[in-house]
Amino acid sequence: MKAYFGRRYSFSASHRLHSDALSAEENRATYGKCNNPHGHGHNYGLEVLVGGELDAETGMVVNMAALDEAVRELVIERFDHANLNLDPYFKNRVPTTENLCRAVFELLKDVLPAGVLESVRVEETENNFFEYRGE
Amino acid sequence: MIFLTRRATFSASHYYWNPAWTAEKNEQVFGRCANRNGHGHNYTLEVTVAGEPDPVTGFVVDLKGLKDVNLEVPEFARLIPTTENIAIAAWKRLEPAVTAAGGARLSRIRVYETPEIFAEYRGEL
Repeated sequence: MKAYFGRRYSFSASHRLHSDALSAEENRATYGKCNNPHGHGHNYGLEVLVGGELDAETGMVVNMAALDEAVRELVIERFDHANLNLDPYFKNRVPTTENLCRAVFELLKDVLPAGVLESVRVEETENNFFEYRGE
Repeated sequence: MIFLTRRATFSASHYYWNPAWTAEKNEQVFGRCANRNGHGHNYTLEVTVAGEPDPVTGFVVDLKGLKDVNLEVPEFARLIPTTENIAIAAWKRLEPAVTAAGGARLSRIRVYETPEIFAEYRGEL
């Protein structure tokens, strides 16, 4: 019987939306205030959803302590209070929250039991959020 | 297709314990949740139904029919009351009533144990 387990985390980071493939004017037109050269920050909300058969002995999809440990080690310690533009993942990618969502999914996918990571949702503010399901 | 969600809250206590295991293994796997004096949460239950709006009433389902959610716990005599199992138990209790009401099907049950921890069941086997 398949069930889903979700967990919320938060971290704070700065970023600047700027693409080297665009001119200064195009960057300003595309990203608006988010292109400010000094960057800006967010308190990001992160929601990690795992899904699978319930373990017959524990009644759990995955052990929450193991999930917390993976997220803390691979995601929170890497991105919390960091400048996303300086992270190697964003060397050739604009640190939009769409790309951040994919980064988190890719970082977690292989350390969790095979196939259990269903989706990663990153909330940039209360009013905008992004989701990636590995598709 | 419209998805309609109703939220309800309840408070309950539980602890995690697999009687097939030693005390040491229970404590190792479940940590503080294995404390046999139990602990409690303010749970939030979200019931999502899916269907087409009724042409006369405009309702997918009459919300009055979804209101009285009173969870009791015989399900957990032998089942560990993890949030995943609570979501499944809520589905099993509500699904027949939603189906019997006609017009909509139960789409998703989501149970928040805390604002940071939640489980979902979508009726998948």
